[in-house]
Amino acid sequence: MPTNTKILAQEFEYLAPKSLDEALSLLDNYKDKNSRILAGGTDLLVKMKTIDLKTDYLINIKNIPELNFIDTTDGLKIRAAVPLSHIERIGKVKERYPALYEGIKSIAAIAVRNMGTIVGNICNASPAADTVPPLVAYGAEVKLVSKRGERTISVEDFITGVGKTVIEADELITQVNIPEMNKNSGSAFSKKGRVKADIAKINLAVCLEREDNICKDCKIVLGSVAVKAIRAKEAEGLFKGQTVSASLIDKIAKKASEEIKPIDDIRSSVEYRTEIARVIVEDAVRIAWGRAGGEL
Amino acid sequence: MKKIEIEFTINGKKRRLSVKPNDLLINIIRNDLFLTGTKYGCGIGECGACTVLINDEPVLSCLTLAATVDGKEITTIEGLAKGNELHPMQIAFLKNAAVQCGFCTPSMILTATALLKENPNPTEDEIRDYMRGNICRCTGYIQIVKAIKSCATEAK
Repeated sequence: MPTNTKILAQEFEYLAPKSLDEALSLLDNYKDKNSRILAGGTDLLVKMKTIDLKTDYLINIKNIPELNFIDTTDGLKIRAAVPLSHIERIGKVKERYPALYEGIKSIAAIAVRNMGTIVGNICNASPAADTVPPLVAYGAEVKLVSKRGERTISVEDFITGVGKTVIEADELITQVNIPEMNKNSGSAFSKKGRVKADIAKINLAVCLEREDNICKDCKIVLGSVAVKAIRAKEAEGLFKGQTVSASLIDKIAKKASEEIKPIDDIRSSVEYRTEIARVIVEDAVRIAWGRAGGEL
Repeated sequence: MKKIEIEFTINGKKRRLSVKPNDLLINIIRNDLFLTGTKYGCGIGECGACTVLINDEPVLSCLTLAATVDGKEITTIEGLAKGNELHPMQIAFLKNAAVQCGFCTPSMILTATALLKENPNPTEDEIRDYMRGNICRCTGYIQIVKAIKSCATEAK
């Protein structure tokens, strides 16, 4: 029988904590009882409707004041219930974190971004998540809190596979922390889809730090080419500490495209992904280098 | 399933309802409040036909649990006109023949009003970018973009 997406057929209990403490108590109480955290619902409700993801207790964290703001004083600290569209409107995001800004802007459309959250995008752990390559490139961390205590872990290590993360049943990500970028850093995002609102066939973020005409540090992160967003570490290695030139950028773009191990799926092919990876790495590195104040 | 008491404002009117945890906002709006301007299209957040405004922001009512709108302010297409006086965006859609079968029109108009609130003078690219989640299967996009542009110009 075809799925009826007009209704949400499965039954569950709905819980709407009004404070972080209450949310953590609920998570602790229901940790062995198949509970789920609801934020924007743009991934969760689709899965509950179409792939039979079952839950017995749905905990809505959207009304918790402690989870509804962004702190821009030192880097960026984005709380878990902030919608994506509110992040893209922060001036500092556009100015200092252009890869994140462009990544968010590339997600679906405005109504989805008014609902969905960056923490939801991380926890959903899709290999095509558009905020994940920028977050990994910036060295972002998530803060996990439970009744037992708290811990911080890099976004890179938090996601382990398709839909898989290291979160425990009683834990809640309260915020994502992105370090401050210095003036000599530059970053860029790129994505290829069939149409603008599409899920990525491939996406990419580059973040680098310049010292004169040398690339001091760099991260190249590609999405939709493995079970999770991956760093092109050999390409990064060729770039770090080197004098930047057009021919060097060509070389690292080629290396990055050789490093990835994409698959054929409904959205794209191995051949296309490998070929386009080279092109978008080259473009994004050039843009990031330019944004860092570098010349070629 | 325990029912949940919610109170919200829709098109300026306060409502109290008792909803089930798995009730979707779209079905409450259409079946309980009989506001059938909001359309069910894909049910998975691809087409935008179910768009309503919550606290003035476009959201998808097919992916919103009714329980979550407690305390919120909702606007549907029925709430835009003031009595017999149509909203300027509705007039612009009519004048520019931006309506074919009409199924996507309520969502298009609501999203377009949110666009102009955010960006009163958008370029064609900005209009197309903002409206990209609202799909028109009659493919009447040229007239829709024209209507939004003319509404922005007339507001000046």
